[in-house]
Amino acid sequence: MGYGVLMSSGEFDSSSFMIHGIFKYSFFGHEVWITNTHVSILIIMILLIVFSLVGGKCLKKATMKPGKFQNVIELLVEFLDGIVDKAMGKGAPKYYNYIGTLFVFILVSNISGLLGLRPPTADYGVTLPLGILTFILVHYAEVRFNKPLDLWKDKCSPLPPWLPIWLPINIISDIAVPISLSLRLFANVLSGTIMMALVYGLLKWVAVAWPAALHVYFDLFSGAIQTYVFCMLTMTYISSARGDGN
Amino acid sequence: MDFNENFVLGCSAIGAGLAVIAGIGPGVGQGIAAGHGAAAVGRNPGARSEIMSTMLLGQAVAETTGLYGLLVAMLLLFVKPLVG
Repeated sequence: MGYGVLMSSGEFDSSSFMIHGIFKYSFFGHEVWITNTHVSILIIMILLIVFSLVGGKCLKKATMKPGKFQNVIELLVEFLDGIVDKAMGKGAPKYYNYIGTLFVFILVSNISGLLGLRPPTADYGVTLPLGILTFILVHYAEVRFNKPLDLWKDKCSPLPPWLPIWLPINIISDIAVPISLSLRLFANVLSGTIMMALVYGLLKWVAVAWPAALHVYFDLFSGAIQTYVFCMLTMTYISSARGDGN
Repeated sequence: MDFNENFVLGCSAIGAGLAVIAGIGPGVGQGIAAGHGAAAVGRNPGARSEIMSTMLLGQAVAETTGLYGLLVAMLLLFVKPLVG
């Protein structure tokens, strides 16, 4: 840091928790960096792809009385489908795949701090696309399942439809959804990452065994809660856009 | 008027500290949510899991404003946008 902002002895460098480039290449004349976010996201992707290939192969020759691995996979899939069923009612089966993938990806990303990787979700470039995907799904469902007139009435909602003064405010609140959704996930994971880096970087040998407790809170608990919240909010927005209740 | 870099950095640190005061609001809000959640579980222990998930969802949404404050503080400390 150089300025002693963090009471460090000067050896502490903030690059231990910042995003930093590993190598750069030129892509059609643009300078493109491969950062440590890319590296950890690739590792997680390979892990998940291998797991799902093995799981798929296992379920191809599934037996009536499940073995150990088949049992684990069935438990996982039933859990994910159960969450979607509970939140979305009868429109649920179409969204099993998306929400399940989202859940597994965000969960593994959040707890990857335990494996020594920098969590990919602590990069706004990862969480913003997830928020935008939610935004697209919500508005696709809204246009698909509502008549245009009802949509217009809904967008002018507190005032009658011939007086669209409230329209811009409703549009702004629609745009705020993906931004707040992605910032919530990003800031939670980032704050955990930075706090762990500060504990390890500033306290040196004082931080021996007890950071494990902090890891349990910041990585496991907070990561799982934020995963659940992201998926739950996505499902709530989609099902309210579909108008399943009425 | 131009100030030297250390002065701006010090003022950024003060600003970061002030920005984190935003954490008071979500703290109070989450506490109220948790208290009502506990009361609800006491009244109806059968609905424990439903109450838990609703409470956690509400708390996570309420947390957002505090996180915005945290984000501003992080930007001031580590990205240093005001230091020219």
